[in-house]
Amino acid sequence: MKELKLMKGNEAFAEAVIRAGVDGYFGYPITPQSEVLEYLMAQKPYERTGMVVLQAESEVAAINMVYGGAACGKKVVTSSSSPGISLKQEGISYIAGAELPALILNVVRGGPGLGTIQPSQSDYFQSTKGGGHGDYRLIVLAPASVQEMADFAGLGFDLAFKYRTPVLILSDGVIGQMMEKVELNPQVKRRSDEEVAAECPWATTGRPKNGPRRIITSLELDSAKQEIHNMKLQAKYKEMQENEVRFETFDTEDADYLLVAYGSSARICQKAVQIARKKGIKVGLLRPITLFPYPTEAISKLASQVKGILSVEMSAGQMVEDVRLAVNGRVKVEHFGRYGGIVPTPDEVVKALETKIIGG
Amino acid sequence: MTETFDKPEIRTPENLVYSKTKVLTDNVLSYCPGCGHGTAHRLVAEVIDEMGIQNDTIGVAPVGCSVLAYNFFDIDMQQAAHGRAPALATAIKRLYPGKFVFTYQGDGDLAAIGTAETIHACNRGENIVIIFINNGIYGMTGGQMAPTTLPGMPTSTSPYGRDTHIMGNPLKMTEIVATLPGTYMVTRQAVHTPAAVRKAKKAIRMAFENQKLDKGVSFVEIVSNCNSGWKLSPVKANEWMVNNMFPFYQLGDIKMNGELVK
Amino acid sequence: MTEEIIIAGFGGQGVLSMGKILAYSGIMQDQEVAWMPSYGPEMRGGTANVTVILSDERISSPILNQFDTAIILNQQSMDKFEKAVKPGGILLYDPNGITRHPSRTDISIYRVQAAEAATAMGSAKTFNMIVLGAFLKLKPIVKMENVEKGLTKSLPARHHKSIPMNMEAVAKGLEIVEKV
Repeated sequence: MKELKLMKGNEAFAEAVIRAGVDGYFGYPITPQSEVLEYLMAQKPYERTGMVVLQAESEVAAINMVYGGAACGKKVVTSSSSPGISLKQEGISYIAGAELPALILNVVRGGPGLGTIQPSQSDYFQSTKGGGHGDYRLIVLAPASVQEMADFAGLGFDLAFKYRTPVLILSDGVIGQMMEKVELNPQVKRRSDEEVAAECPWATTGRPKNGPRRIITSLELDSAKQEIHNMKLQAKYKEMQENEVRFETFDTEDADYLLVAYGSSARICQKAVQIARKKGIKVGLLRPITLFPYPTEAISKLASQVKGILSVEMSAGQMVEDVRLAVNGRVKVEHFGRYGGIVPTPDEVVKALETKIIGG
Repeated sequence: MTETFDKPEIRTPENLVYSKTKVLTDNVLSYCPGCGHGTAHRLVAEVIDEMGIQNDTIGVAPVGCSVLAYNFFDIDMQQAAHGRAPALATAIKRLYPGKFVFTYQGDGDLAAIGTAETIHACNRGENIVIIFINNGIYGMTGGQMAPTTLPGMPTSTSPYGRDTHIMGNPLKMTEIVATLPGTYMVTRQAVHTPAAVRKAKKAIRMAFENQKLDKGVSFVEIVSNCNSGWKLSPVKANEWMVNNMFPFYQLGDIKMNGELVK
Repeated sequence: MTEEIIIAGFGGQGVLSMGKILAYSGIMQDQEVAWMPSYGPEMRGGTANVTVILSDERISSPILNQFDTAIILNQQSMDKFEKAVKPGGILLYDPNGITRHPSRTDISIYRVQAAEAATAMGSAKTFNMIVLGAFLKLKPIVKMENVEKGLTKSLPARHHKSIPMNMEAVAKGLEIVEKV
């Protein structure tokens, strides 16, 4: 039986994490995501499911606790907001290098530096192109509703374990702080230590009596071996690009123009589409759900149909680069964004479409 | 032409005076001859062997000379980012309270970049063992100044000796963590003489046994030499250690059974 | 049906919880809802506002610059949100503490003396429920039984004994709202 609740995005994520049978959460308070840790502590998941919840001394420690837990085959998660996610990048790079499954939530606020605590989408480059050092990628899921904040907790772990890779949920202050109706999944039982050991023979759960010891490391001093390891990672990323692209479209069938937006910007753009269509402008919306792998092919196809594309983000223009790569010069692509914690209104988006794409 | 020294005819049980513990692998240690790491590894491995916990122990290797510790211990091991071993160990132990969990860290790792992780793991009273090798220098990167470098001691980044006015003072992490309520046992040992080795092994054994009590961190510092970093022969390095390191880093138990000693 | 509402006032007036009860009432009658607060330091005793949307369809943007109804409970919010009401929309306010009253002629303006009535009822805490009652008189978008269910869902169990008093306050609001 599914259960209906009115919850904040952050709370829905926390509740979904408990219900997904997660073994450990390690975090540190930062606005606008502190509700995740607060909710978990209030819920006493250590009594409900036996889940470990720990407030670490820093984001750096928290992500390394995630490394330690993930290396034992456990389902572990951390959450933070932009400045804290910057601190976690070292650990994320190690987790990617050591091929560990882990889930990370970023409830993005405006930067750079301490910036603002208001919503932003200015961590797109950090999430999809780099972040930490080295040649690695994260699977990046961009929820656009409270429901998806809950759903992506489970999906995130499925993908993390399928590919033995860190998965990032790239949310923002709007989705984290907003309350919506959410349908929660029933409680999944946490895996027993025996089940973990059977499912994750690579995990350091204590050296098997009849088998070699397990080592979790991202170090390889022999460059030839490191190159082979990196090729293996790249092959994995290619597989993700082939199998894991997720997106949705609104009103694109007859569209002359296209908006591309993710997360809360996609919500704003849905309204902008309604407003523009009332004015007689045939516009559609493509909403990437995965930012890596990116829906390059879907955008490329729509580029053959429309006269112009507006990429809408709460940043100075980051995702627009991926839209341009997909379009490859065939139609005009422009960026519209408000940033520094300002959330654009649907009317502003329509106006930008009119001035930058239709009239421009 | 290399001559083999293997003489199977004299390698007989009655002649056997030394054997490697099975908890160490056959990999050749990457440590310099005369370095204390090899002995410290052996002691930890012997304790694991003697306690029969090879299949129930998870170790965490640091960054530094012992970054490759996972190649030498025949147990499940994780390699941590620089300084973060106590954070990894925290999660491992909390997720597997029945396992024996230890970190093995040098002074740059534990007392500089990992200060926060060390202090907070100790303050939370994580039920883990921390083995801390202090040789007063960054060995692996080529002999730079460490947080534990003695006043006046030359290193590659304090070539005229550590000037405490400019470079600050050496940090006694062991004394600091002993003051925290989360540490149950804190001791400082050495492995430069047979007597010291025997004492150090006892301390490591007690530290691992303590994990059964669930009373907090057992913290074993081992003051060691770094002959290549100190630019001394192994013998001279041990002499220098006795004359210079020990007066500052005094050997002995600092906290036992949760109580400060003396 | 889609109703887009902004509720704005001082922190401590129960702005956010009123929005939450309204949203929960919507859920009780199978509607889609969104509740989007302002957050941050301004919440510490300054102004607080929340956008509440109830709809029979999937809700698009939770961020709006135009509203069907603005419920305004202090002067700063009047200055900010009077202009955000859609032409033909509703502005509901409590005149207590308002120095510049709304002046638009293309919207319907109502007032509710909620602060006064709450004091008369002997419980300042019922203030926001009186305002909610006034709103529901103007826009009966949720049934009273669903408001009661919404209250039950949104209040922690230890506060359930105050539900009858809250429903009384809602009834009071229905009664005392007046057109300007």
